[in-house]
Amino acid sequence: MFYREAGQFRTSYAQDSQIFPLRQDRLGMTIILLIAVLIPFGANAYWLSAILIPWLILSLVALGQNILMGYAGQLSLGSAGFMAVGAFACYNFILRVPDIPFVVAVVLSGICAAMVGIVFGLPSLRIRGLYLAVATLASQFFIVWSLDKFGWFKNYDPAGVITAQKIIILGHEFVSPREKYWVVLAIVVVLALLAKNMARGSVGRGWMAVRDMDVAAEVMGLSLLRTKLQAFAISSFYCGVGGALYAFAYLQTVEPSAFTIDLSFRILFMVIIGGLGTIMGSFMGAGFILLMPIFLNILFHSIFGKSVDASVISAVEQVVFGVMIIMFLIFEPLGLARLWQLTKERLRLWPFKH
Amino acid sequence: MPISKVLCRKLSGIAAAGALLTAATVSTPAMAQQPEQYFPVASMRVGPYNAMGTGIFGGVIDYLNYVNIKHGGVNGVKLVYEECETEYNAARSVECYQRLLHRGDQKMLLWDPYGTPLAYAVIGRVAADNVVLAQAGYGRTDAADGRVWPWVFGATANYWSQIAMKLNFIQQKEGGIDKMKGKTIVHLHIDTAYGREPLPAMRQIAKDWGINLIEIPIAPPGLEQQSQWLQIRQAKADWVTFWGAGAGMSGTALTTAARVGFPRNKIIFVTFGGAEEDMIAGGAQAKDTNVVAMVLPGKQWPLIADIEKVLYSGGAGKGNMQNPNRVGTIYYNRGVIAAVNYVEALRNAQRIHNKVGKPVNGAEFRDGYEALDYTNEARRKELGINGMLPPYKLSCRNHEGAGTFHMMQWDGTKFQITTKDWIGPNDPKMIRALIEESAEKYAKENNITLRDCPN
Repeated sequence: MFYREAGQFRTSYAQDSQIFPLRQDRLGMTIILLIAVLIPFGANAYWLSAILIPWLILSLVALGQNILMGYAGQLSLGSAGFMAVGAFACYNFILRVPDIPFVVAVVLSGICAAMVGIVFGLPSLRIRGLYLAVATLASQFFIVWSLDKFGWFKNYDPAGVITAQKIIILGHEFVSPREKYWVVLAIVVVLALLAKNMARGSVGRGWMAVRDMDVAAEVMGLSLLRTKLQAFAISSFYCGVGGALYAFAYLQTVEPSAFTIDLSFRILFMVIIGGLGTIMGSFMGAGFILLMPIFLNILFHSIFGKSVDASVISAVEQVVFGVMIIMFLIFEPLGLARLWQLTKERLRLWPFKH
Repeated sequence: MPISKVLCRKLSGIAAAGALLTAATVSTPAMAQQPEQYFPVASMRVGPYNAMGTGIFGGVIDYLNYVNIKHGGVNGVKLVYEECETEYNAARSVECYQRLLHRGDQKMLLWDPYGTPLAYAVIGRVAADNVVLAQAGYGRTDAADGRVWPWVFGATANYWSQIAMKLNFIQQKEGGIDKMKGKTIVHLHIDTAYGREPLPAMRQIAKDWGINLIEIPIAPPGLEQQSQWLQIRQAKADWVTFWGAGAGMSGTALTTAARVGFPRNKIIFVTFGGAEEDMIAGGAQAKDTNVVAMVLPGKQWPLIADIEKVLYSGGAGKGNMQNPNRVGTIYYNRGVIAAVNYVEALRNAQRIHNKVGKPVNGAEFRDGYEALDYTNEARRKELGINGMLPPYKLSCRNHEGAGTFHMMQWDGTKFQITTKDWIGPNDPKMIRALIEESAEKYAKENNITLRDCPN
C-alpha cells in the first residue's frame, strides 16, 4: 500500500532512467535530505560533531570500499591507508599551495589517493579474492610507514602529528560544528549521488560483470585492466576525500597511526553489515559499526550507573556488540540494506499478505 | 524473513529496555542540595592498555570519592564524576569529550584522557571550549610553554625532561659526560606519536655528547620484537631506552631481551610502560629492569594508606578498584596524584575567584590549575603526599612543573627506588629552550599571539 506503483506511468526514456523511478522514493529522499540539511538547527554540538559528522564521513569511506568490494568484487583491506593519503595530501596542499580553495584541495587529495589506489590495484590484474586482500594489506602498511618515515609529509613535526588547517571556503571560515556539518553533508551528498549514478550506469555494469565472472566479462569485450583499475581509482578517491574530511572536519589533529589496519577492518565490517553492492548499505553499515558501541555505552551506563563495576560494563559492551554482529550475520547475511528492501516489498503488499 | 520474526518476538524486550532506559535517565537529575562540581573521567578499561586505564582511573575516582567521604567535598562542594570508555582510540575519545562536555547545567572543566594520541585529538578544541587539558606527564611536549598553550598543563613533567633525565642517569652510571662519547644507545619505541615524542630532545643531547643514537620503531601493538632485539644485539648497544605502551609490549620486550641475552639492567623503561603489570608480564626475565617514575608507588604514603582505610578495609566496598591489591601500585598512585591536582586546582580556583563553597567555571579552574604549588612542605604533609611527587610549582610560562624523576629497579616482586633524590636533565635550561623554540614555531605556523607572561 505504501509502495503502490499503480498509476505511475513512465512515458519517456528520461522518466524510465531516472534515479528514483518511484514517487514514494523521490518523496522519501526529499524528506531525508531536508531533515539532513535542517538537523543542525535542532541538534546540539555533541550530536553534530561526535555523531553526525563522523557518521557521514565514514559512510563516504564505506561507500568507497563498497564500490571496490561490493560492486567490482575486488577484496581490499587498505581503505584506511587511502584515507591517510587523503588526509595528509589535503594538509600539504593547503600548507604549500598559497590560497588554494578548500574544496579544490579536497578534490586534489582525492585524486592523489586515486593515483596511489591505482598503483596498489595493479596486483588485482593477476590475483583475486583473498590473495588480493592480502596484497592490498601492503598499501595499508606502506602508506602509514612512508608517512611516518618521511618528515616532509608532516612538515617535520617532531611527533609526527599534523594539525589540520582551518576550513575556509569563499572567504568564510567554517568553525562551528554546524557549519562543518554542512560542508561534510554537501560533499557526501554529491559524491553519493555520483556513486549511485555510476553504479547503475555502464560503469557499474562493467564492475558487476567483472565481479560476477571476470573471464566472461573479458570475453564480452570488457577491458579487465580498465575496469579493475577504474574501480580501484574511484574507490580510493572516495576514501581519500573521506580521509581529508576526517582530518579537517572531525579530528583536526591526526597522526598517521590513526589510520591503522583496525580502521580498515572496521570499514570492511561496515560494508558487510550494511550490504555489499548497495549505496544505502554503506550509510547503514557505517551507522551500525560507529554508533552501536556508543549507544551501548550510553545505555549500559544509564541502566547500571555506578552500581556495577565500570570495567565489567565496558567488557560487556564489547561482548554484546560482538554477539549482535554474529546474530545479524546469521539472520541477514545480505546486510541492513537487504532488510530495508524486504521491508519495502512488504509495504507494497501491506495490509494483504500472500 | 526470519529477522523480522525475531524482531517481532523481541519487540517486547526492546520496549522494556527502552522503558528502563527512559526511567533511568529521568531519575538521574537528583535534587541537589549540596553544590556539585563535575569531573569527566575518560576511562580506558578494555583493550591493550587496560592495566593502565583501570589503575589510573581507579585512582582518580577513588580520590574524588575519598574527598567527598572524608572532607565532605572541597569546601562543601561535592565532587561528582561521569565516565566514558575511550578504548585508547582517538576518534572514540573525541566522542567521549563531546559527550561529557555538558552534564546537566554544568560544563566540564578538565579533560585528562591519559593517552598521547587522545590528548592530541582534542588539543585544538580545549581553548575554544574553556576546558583545561591536563596531560600529566604525557601528551604534546611543547605545550609546557604556557604562553602558547594557556589551557594545557603537563604537571608534573613531560617526555623531553624524561628522556634527558634518562640520559643524565646513564651518564652518571658511566662516569661522566666525557665517557659517553661513542656509546651506543638504542631508542626502542612504539611507532606512534607517543614513541617519537622524546626524539627531538634525545637527538640534541646525543649530538652534544657524541652518543651513537639508533632509533628502532616497533609497529603497534608491539607483540613481535624479535628482529628489533637482534638488531640491538648486533649494534652492541650499551643502553636501551624503551618507550612502549601496554603490558603486552613491555612484557614482550623483556622476554625477547632475555632471549637474545641483553642485560635487563641496561634497559630503562618509560613511565607509561613501566608499572607492576608490565614487569609481571615479563616474568622472571623482568628482574633488574630500570623504570622512570614521576610519582612513587607504595602504600607507605599517608594519603594512600588513608584511602585504603576509608574506601577498602573492612569490606567498605566503596573503592573503584576491582582488585583491591592494586591499591598503591604505580598506575593507581599516579591516578590519585592526578586527582589531587584536580582538587587542589579547584581549591585554588575557589580561593582566587572568591567562590569558596561554590562550583567554578572553566576559566576560573584554569587559573586555579596554573596556581598549583607543591613547594610548601607543610601542605604536602597535610595532603599526605610528601615525598610521593617532586616539589614544584606552575606559573604562567611554565606549565610543565617539576620535570624531575626517580629511578626504580624491579627486584622480581616489587620496585626498589634506586635514586636518592629527584633528578632531572643534566641541563634543564637546554630542554626548556627546545620546548620554547618548538612552541614558538607552532605559534608562528598557526598565527597564535604569545600570551604575555611575567615569569
